[in-house]
Amino acid sequence: MSAGWLSIHWPAMLSAAAHARQAVNSAAPAKFEFFSPEQAAEIDAISARILPATDTPGAHEAGVVFFIDRALVTFAKSHQKKYSEGLSQLQTVLHETFPGTVKFSAATSEQQDQILQSLDRHFGGTKRPASRSLAEAQSFFEMIRVDTITGFLIDPDSGRMGNRDGVGWKAIGRDPEHMFQPPFGYYDKDYPGWEPAPASADKTKS
Amino acid sequence: MNPDQPKYKTTDEVDFVIVGSGAAGGILAKELSTNGFRVVVLEQGPYLTEKDFVHDEIKVRQFDLLTNHPDLQPNTFRKTPNEKARHQRAIMYGRLVGGTSVHFTANFWRFHEIDFTEHTRFGPAAGADLVDWPITYADLEPYYTKVEWEIGVSGLENASPFDPPRSKPYPMPPLPVKSSGVLFERAARKLGFHPFPAPMAILSKPRPGRSACINCGFCLGFGCEVGAKSSSLASAIRMAEQTGRCEIRPNSYVHRIDLDANGRATGAVYFDEKRAVQRQKAKAVVICANGAETPRLLLLSANKQFPNGLANSSGFVGKHLMMNSAAISRGLFEHPLNDYKGFAASRVLHDFYELDPDKVGFRGGGGLDARFTDTPISFALGSMPPGAPRWGKGFKDVLSHNFPRTFEIFCHGTSLPVADNSISLDPELKDAWGLPAIRMTYKDHPDDLKLCNWMNVRAAEILEAAGAVKKWSFPAREQQFGVHLLGTCRMGNDPKTSVINSDHQTHDVNNLFLCDGSSLVTSGRGQPTMTIEALAFRAADRITALSKRGDLGA
Repeated sequence: MSAGWLSIHWPAMLSAAAHARQAVNSAAPAKFEFFSPEQAAEIDAISARILPATDTPGAHEAGVVFFIDRALVTFAKSHQKKYSEGLSQLQTVLHETFPGTVKFSAATSEQQDQILQSLDRHFGGTKRPASRSLAEAQSFFEMIRVDTITGFLIDPDSGRMGNRDGVGWKAIGRDPEHMFQPPFGYYDKDYPGWEPAPASADKTKS
Repeated sequence: MNPDQPKYKTTDEVDFVIVGSGAAGGILAKELSTNGFRVVVLEQGPYLTEKDFVHDEIKVRQFDLLTNHPDLQPNTFRKTPNEKARHQRAIMYGRLVGGTSVHFTANFWRFHEIDFTEHTRFGPAAGADLVDWPITYADLEPYYTKVEWEIGVSGLENASPFDPPRSKPYPMPPLPVKSSGVLFERAARKLGFHPFPAPMAILSKPRPGRSACINCGFCLGFGCEVGAKSSSLASAIRMAEQTGRCEIRPNSYVHRIDLDANGRATGAVYFDEKRAVQRQKAKAVVICANGAETPRLLLLSANKQFPNGLANSSGFVGKHLMMNSAAISRGLFEHPLNDYKGFAASRVLHDFYELDPDKVGFRGGGGLDARFTDTPISFALGSMPPGAPRWGKGFKDVLSHNFPRTFEIFCHGTSLPVADNSISLDPELKDAWGLPAIRMTYKDHPDDLKLCNWMNVRAAEILEAAGAVKKWSFPAREQQFGVHLLGTCRMGNDPKTSVINSDHQTHDVNNLFLCDGSSLVTSGRGQPTMTIEALAFRAADRITALSKRGDLGA
């Protein structure tokens, strides 16, 4: 990194420093602000099936449950009711499907996926939901699906508790930096520079 | 905010009050204050600066940090005038100092000669009110050059054989090529087309107080944290402030222009931050509030002399809305492009700019660019291939594989001017200030859709030639939401069929000028801002000349 490059990009350096400072301020909270510990365990388990750990970390590792908890007491207060109702409806569906299982988070991954599939199956499309309780639970599922993805991929420096340590961005192949220099990818790394097109048949009229 | 700013009293009769601080308003503020006039710019949104421009997708996108908020300023929409409009978000524009130029893509194509003379070249278009502009490309050329040099546009002259003549090269080289640009360039050339480096209103070289682009990747939809994007905020507004004669007054929502007994505009009436009504006196008024808010303001300002809306003796205020047609094809490639790095588009193609209607069977033309404008959340929620899983391991696998390996070809096209397509006042719905909401009536001309679908086939062919592993297309659909808001107070020589003359002066009120997307007579090929800014530079010259001749009365 040359001094020339630094002087050209000095405002960016300041900005990157600001990002770093923000990151320090976004350490995980000591406790949940909206969920009870039991509820948090359920939300954590759902989000971990929406974005499971594979060869890369998933929603659990990204701290998505902390993101959702913070969201529900800040910008998404209006979603509190849907989450509370959704969690109790989840219980209902769980008991109907697997009578012996007390908590979603205690079910096997296969059982969890089966429950979530049944919640998701009737979402959208033209088919009317089978029951009213299921309809409520469906929109809860869509809400937690969107919130999980959002909490996994939010800028980790945004102070919203999501995407802890940038693991969501790493999982999708996004470099954590906020400034880049070319070459950017595989296809531009050997680009020889702009050359005018060789004079060819004039195709300038279609 | 620059400390050199004067603070005018509302009772001071300044030379000009400018409504709106976006692409046009910023430049008019800069030019008129530079020419010695005392100027107040009333901007309805807040005054944000680089430190506010974060990469938080929730704050910026979901909560409209930079844009009009649908709860505070709701819209209604209908397809045709016979329908009752329903409440839905129909328009989006930048609502802050700098306007939409703060968050735009910054594609900066000049219009070509055909855009000004299409009616003469090809005759009338069925179902549309297509007319020529009262000015030509040659009239505007010096001002295009002025835009490029004064606000900072990067690009490469003579790289496209379709480019109109220019008097000067670009002030700085094009931005670096992206992997999408390389794939697009090679494939398009293979097919005999003529791709070229995208002209962008983004700095490839630093300017005083502004960094060159750092390729952060949060570009379209976001404000630039290093001032590389040549928004009015980063360029013209700062220059206006440095004159010491221009006051930028944010949080000032203009809702009425009053006339005196002689039929002259007396200034602007607005709600201040506390929603108290204020009246800024001025010798002349320039409205640059965008193609939706400018006609709305005129309609809100109806009075005894102009019962159908101020300066609306023609009945053309709000009519002929054009939003530009669009279609998209996406491709997936074997290796990572990492197109999330950098600005939107690095290569453009104008081979279809001027199509022969007899050969293709429809009117209009357009341009293609190779782009990636998603940020991580918007990609995961909106840009997965059709049929991809929506959650679980399958979703995560596709998401992780595709995010770095995708780009899209965006087809930008004309909209024909249709009289029924319009901005009007909703008879029922009100905004948070109690003012009638914007009602949009819009149904794309069938040729606009044919054009875009035709270009989208070319886009798919280019993706195929580029070696896409997989590709998918989104056909052009009838639009119900617009960000390009054009043509609603069109320019013309005949007061019966236009709202402003070629000096941007309303035909009806001598000291009232309009300059923004509403002034456009045709839609261009999808990138209007460059032309809006060139018109603003030209309007400033015309208004200055009129004022110095004493033609504005005063």
